[in-house]
Amino acid sequence: MIRTFVFIGILLPGVAWSDDRRTGYDDMSPDLQALQEDPMNPGTFWVLDGERLWSEPAGSAAQSCDACHGPAETSMQGVAARYPSFDAPSSSAVDLPGRIALCQSRHQKIAAPKDRADPDSLALLAYVTHQSRGLPITPDADPRLAPARAVGAELFSSRMGQLNLSCAQCHDDNDGGYLAAARIPQAHPTGYPQYRLEWETLGTLDRRLTGCMTGVRADRFPPGSPEMVSLELFLKSRAAGMTVETLPIRP
Amino acid sequence: MTVLINIPDTAAPGEIVEIKILIQHPMETGFRTGLDGTLVPRDIIESLACLYLGEEVFRADLYPAITANPFLGFHLRADTTGDVEFIWTDNAGVTSREVRTLTVS
Repeated sequence: MIRTFVFIGILLPGVAWSDDRRTGYDDMSPDLQALQEDPMNPGTFWVLDGERLWSEPAGSAAQSCDACHGPAETSMQGVAARYPSFDAPSSSAVDLPGRIALCQSRHQKIAAPKDRADPDSLALLAYVTHQSRGLPITPDADPRLAPARAVGAELFSSRMGQLNLSCAQCHDDNDGGYLAAARIPQAHPTGYPQYRLEWETLGTLDRRLTGCMTGVRADRFPPGSPEMVSLELFLKSRAAGMTVETLPIRP
Repeated sequence: MTVLINIPDTAAPGEIVEIKILIQHPMETGFRTGLDGTLVPRDIIESLACLYLGEEVFRADLYPAITANPFLGFHLRADTTGDVEFIWTDNAGVTSREVRTLTVS
């Protein structure tokens, strides 16, 4: 008997999370869940555009993504599940939209890569993310990311804005409750970029976080800023093991 | 503009088949202002029709309150093999057209 307990005790840390973590998908209406599962999900447009852009030569190097990386189905599999990652040349953490922009400026020699909110940037991001469909979120174990991840954890529980609220006060302490008619989610970033019916378009995690910061009337961290990437690093480690959703629909 | 049309490849005579169409379109209402405070011009699809064997089987009028990337679904009774034609017109009068073949056997 004792031996059995010890055995379970050793096994548990390696076992996949069997916990009460919930995604926004779990709390959506069955109609919206059906829309997400439908192959004619509106997010498909961005994936199709991204697929075209992947093999289109660009920049003064006239290189396509495909020319270096090969087919995205193999080379990009699991990438979105792992990001943010560490970029050695700039010795900083970068998120996936940031990495795509770096690749465009360094290798395709595009003088000014498009803004991450540009439809083409979103299309490439959606296409790359789509290659991680159904894989578990596996945060990058690179120890150089640890300081940024710690900053993210700190930011998550720091009060900010005129309403003087931290992320944790809503998303850890009051998840499942309501802010007006909107259910407060646990803030697991399982599905980004996502098609929000409120936006009527695809948007990145930055955009979603910006929405929250506007809500508490705080100064917003710029998209792709070190603070945003740190927050994403922390949120991804908090959501480790959860499934990457593509193409996510949210109200 | 990309269009996704979901229509079965084949159907039995008399079978009721479901047709789904998703059109990439901003459906800009014409009521919103841009960052400079001026009105963003209206850009919406105003009507969509579906013709089967040259005969109109479905028509819808769309208005500013309809979402971006509109999705429409309807049913038709498969009769004989022929073209299913989708025609839609925006408020600038531009007409787009897509054709799929429904094989009935």
